[in-house]
Amino acid sequence: MDYQFHWNTVFQNMPEMLQGAFVTLHVSVLSMLIGTGIAVLLAVAKMNNLKFFSQIAIAWVEVARNTPALFQIYMAYFGLGAFGIHLSPYVAVLSALIFINAGYLAETFRGGFLSIPKTQYSASKSLGMSTFQAYRYIILPQMFRRVYHPMTNQFVWSILMSSLGILVGMSELSGETQRLQSLSFRTLEFFIVAAVLYYLITKLVLLSSMLISRKLFRGEI
Amino acid sequence: MSGMSLFTPLSWNDTGFILTGVWNTVIISVLAIAVGSMLGVIIGFIRAESGKFLNMVLGSLLDILRSVPLIIQLILFSTFIGAMGHPISPFAAGSIVLSLYTMAFMGEVFRSGFESVPHSMNIAARSLGLTAWQTIYHIRFPIGLRSVFPSWLGVALSVIKDSALVSVIGYMELLRTSEQLISRTQQPLAILVGIGIFYFVISYPLSMFGKRIERKMAA
Amino acid sequence: MIDIQNVHKSFGDLEVLKGIDLKVEKGEVLSIIGGSGSGKSTLLYCINAIEGIQDGKIIVDGIDVHDKATNKDHLRQKLGMVFQQWNSFPHLTVLENAALAPRIVKKLSKDEAIEIAKKELIHVGLEDKFDIYPTKMSGGQQQRLAIARALAMRPDYMLFDEITSALDPELVGEVLDTLRILRDEGMTMICVTHEISFAREVSDQVAFFHQGIIEEMGPPEQVISNPQKEMTKKFLSKVL
Repeated sequence: MDYQFHWNTVFQNMPEMLQGAFVTLHVSVLSMLIGTGIAVLLAVAKMNNLKFFSQIAIAWVEVARNTPALFQIYMAYFGLGAFGIHLSPYVAVLSALIFINAGYLAETFRGGFLSIPKTQYSASKSLGMSTFQAYRYIILPQMFRRVYHPMTNQFVWSILMSSLGILVGMSELSGETQRLQSLSFRTLEFFIVAAVLYYLITKLVLLSSMLISRKLFRGEI
Repeated sequence: MSGMSLFTPLSWNDTGFILTGVWNTVIISVLAIAVGSMLGVIIGFIRAESGKFLNMVLGSLLDILRSVPLIIQLILFSTFIGAMGHPISPFAAGSIVLSLYTMAFMGEVFRSGFESVPHSMNIAARSLGLTAWQTIYHIRFPIGLRSVFPSWLGVALSVIKDSALVSVIGYMELLRTSEQLISRTQQPLAILVGIGIFYFVISYPLSMFGKRIERKMAA
Repeated sequence: MIDIQNVHKSFGDLEVLKGIDLKVEKGEVLSIIGGSGSGKSTLLYCINAIEGIQDGKIIVDGIDVHDKATNKDHLRQKLGMVFQQWNSFPHLTVLENAALAPRIVKKLSKDEAIEIAKKELIHVGLEDKFDIYPTKMSGGQQQRLAIARALAMRPDYMLFDEITSALDPELVGEVLDTLRILRDEGMTMICVTHEISFAREVSDQVAFFHQGIIEEMGPPEQVISNPQKEMTKKFLSKVL
């Protein structure tokens, strides 16, 4: 193989790469925060008979879970263009990720909620707790433990999927990598470093999640 | 070595290409799921049976495949192959990368399947006089595989959706358009909706089917 | 004959069997009673080589169980074992559960294996359950399946590890009935059990285990009805 590896170019551009990584992180975090909020609403809509809202919730969840992420991003970026809505690459990717996260998390929350035996609620009520107290002290804390791990996975998924931003010109990690390598043609080196960065970010997120869970859930479940 | 052009406009001219690409999705998915599952069963089994060291080594390697975005893996693989001087078609490259990617996830699925077989089953089988290999083949394997169906289906459905990416990359390589133009017109919407419906129609029935099987098995 | 000579067994630092000497002749029924942690189940696991021993010897029909040269899989064909948790193979029918080992271990033909399996299933009273999956049966039925499964290998000895302890009370009787049948047919059995009255009724010998040694051993009329040692009396007063 007569390919010479030149790593200097990459290291000179590290600050910009890291800037890209930062964008990756904050678009993922935002998509999780907003997605979670919407997911709660969707889960509630699905579990109760709210006519119109329940229908929307069901449709949202099924579309989000059964179509590719790339499709969502293209829809947000190109598709909405047909309606005259021109989103920046960042907002397009963010919207797509929010849409998908909301869908997946809604199912996660619904499953988590349903997995808690009804007897927990009756026991709380028979101790004299109000409905609000029963949820606040007994039901929701247990739910949280069950959805914590899936939520972590969803977050990692968001980080990895944000890489599709490269296809719509977004300046997250992959997009930046692409831009930098096209200036210097050191494709392999740049993308190898990008891969390493993604790996490190993922590992960091998983490690933090585990440490946090140890603090939060001492010895439970 | 060509720089990859990744920004493309979409227009009606592209429909033919897109439909080919979308059909290729089916082939690539099926291939990746089949190959990924077979390799995944082997790896999952090895990991479930081995000692700490081997398990950790294999685990770390698979972990890398699961922690780097698919698109990055595709780019790296294609570029690397190109640099070696033996460029292969983007669909071939995509199939290989997707198969390995699937294998990484399937390995995890099958490993936990095999590990979930209660140890008491092993003891019962050995007490009847079954050898270690007989226990593995007649008891551990069948029981382990039955319990993984839901997770397996979950991974398979993800792969079907991820294959969209492979088709698109392949398609863009075919086009080799320039980086600057990002045009948004009426046409992409219709195409996009069509593609979306295509994936939905494949994925939704399968996941419903999977849920039904899950319910049956739980009974 | 099963000849257990000065067996010592430890799990890490914890010594569980501290020098056990025991002989079980062909056709004898030995019951082992004692509190939890006294080592009784562990002894059974050592007899069929699921657990190793640190010192002493276990000799089954002249074969040293723990000798490196001994083919343990072979040996286990002579020693049928039934556990507290029945461990039915969930992916096989009742008939397949019982016929599997004869077919693949003893290399019998499918038909021969099925013949034997059916015979033993009828023996334990499961004649109408051949094509049912074990998870659809009660614990008592699954335990009888476990017995039939072990019997289908035509063992010379049967080892029972607290086989009724995990059963609902009303299901215990059917399992003990099966054991009575085996005893009447002359099967050599070692039963680790909490069912003291059953032990008194069927055994030729009873051994009381306490903290890893045999505190007292003898015929049931002595050990259970008329114990000599303090510990034995104490134990029996707690359980009877």
